[in-house]
Amino acid sequence: MSAAGPDLRSSPLEECHRELGGKMVDFAGWSMPVRYRSILEEHRAVRNAAGVFDISHMGQFFVSGEEAASWLNGLLTNDAEGLAPGEGQYTLLCNEQGGVIDDLILYRLGEEEFFMVVNAARTAEDFRWLDGRRSVEVMIEDRSDGMAGLAVQGRQAPEVYSRVTGGRTLPQRNHVEEVSIEGQGVLVCRTGYTGEDGFELFCPAEAGAHWFRAMIEGGATPCGLGARDTLRLEVCYPLNGADLSSRHTPLEAGLGFAVDLGGADFVGRAKLAKQKEEGVTRRLAAIRCVEPGPPVRSGCKVLDAAGREAGVLTSGTLSPSLKVGIGLAYLPVETAKSGTELQIEVRGRRIPAEVVKKPFYKRR
Amino acid sequence: MNIPEELRYTTDHEWLSRDGDIVTVGITDHAQSELSDIVFVELPGVGQAVGSGDNVAVVESVKAASDIYAPVGGVVVEINTEAESDPSIINSDPYGGGWIFKLRMEDESEIDDLLDADAYEGLIS
Repeated sequence: MSAAGPDLRSSPLEECHRELGGKMVDFAGWSMPVRYRSILEEHRAVRNAAGVFDISHMGQFFVSGEEAASWLNGLLTNDAEGLAPGEGQYTLLCNEQGGVIDDLILYRLGEEEFFMVVNAARTAEDFRWLDGRRSVEVMIEDRSDGMAGLAVQGRQAPEVYSRVTGGRTLPQRNHVEEVSIEGQGVLVCRTGYTGEDGFELFCPAEAGAHWFRAMIEGGATPCGLGARDTLRLEVCYPLNGADLSSRHTPLEAGLGFAVDLGGADFVGRAKLAKQKEEGVTRRLAAIRCVEPGPPVRSGCKVLDAAGREAGVLTSGTLSPSLKVGIGLAYLPVETAKSGTELQIEVRGRRIPAEVVKKPFYKRR
Repeated sequence: MNIPEELRYTTDHEWLSRDGDIVTVGITDHAQSELSDIVFVELPGVGQAVGSGDNVAVVESVKAASDIYAPVGGVVVEINTEAESDPSIINSDPYGGGWIFKLRMEDESEIDDLLDADAYEGLIS
């Protein structure tokens, strides 16, 4: 039985969370720590130094074969074939309407070998979608159950890595390296979900606790999912299931940079190309409260200056760095312009807010 | 968990201290520890009349909003504006600087319905 409930899945790092006094909650059917001591403290640790997160709940797929690159290109929005071995990219899996099934990072391990990290809530669905569209020359494996993952984020992440590995340097930004540390094989990716420098490390499940403790010893503060959410929202990284869904396209979400419409055909491309041509009618906007007030949260109504409903927050929080409420909402394009005055409704109160340019927070 | 002997408690994790007919109300160490990271507090208005059990204030953490109820009925005579400008004091000093509001009690006998320290400890263990 896991700490947060009998039907939840336990992370391979569960014992670490218990040792550290993690407050366990249900996240996508997993028992995960929302915090250890304090979300605000953990958030600050990442912004000022380094924090380590358990990300073992995420999904890890391996794709291989002669046709792997072109097959992936037919299913993902970004240009997989353009990746050199060792390189990674942010990309999306869309349905035929151009709606988002999942957002993920794709890494090329070799000419014919790829590694994908997908969201915890979508692992099974993503695998079914991909496997159901497999061609004969391509193999896809879901190795999520046998793997653990952790993310070390913050400007001191390279130092932490160096201490833990006896002096190694990280791969360059968005790159992946298969590394052997103390005789153990791990995948190290220079990416993250916080807007800070950092890396994600994937290893066999049995080794997860060891690496997590090593990162803490190396100077990283243990951080939970609460801080992970405030950090990513401050830099306007979308959350699938909240800001991204099958009802919205990557273009509406402002993720056109990860959509290669000029290359190979992929599922959803026709709809996206048409939408690009005609222009989107709504956009995922960054909304910041203009004065301190109660935290704004997902589900809060967004009103225009005249008090008419313009949208609803898909994500919201009190920004620990900016000390005001911040959120994301799909708004009609005219309303989504930077500077538009809005109000966010919280328990009957209307908090003055405005659309701002993304991101809310710029890394120092 | 800190549960001062001289205070009274509610099943909703508020504490009450008494000075004549003026009572001071806040949330317990257990409550602030569960909430963590208090970032906002919504105070009642001075002069507001409240009944026992009325929703009088709101304390919010990063993750959740928690309603605070009047342990006894009366009129709000003072609110903690310091906690309003620095809500984290409710976490760091829940029984001292983290007090939330004061009431002039209507009916003293309502205090008898509250829990003493032992009973509250029993509740949270």
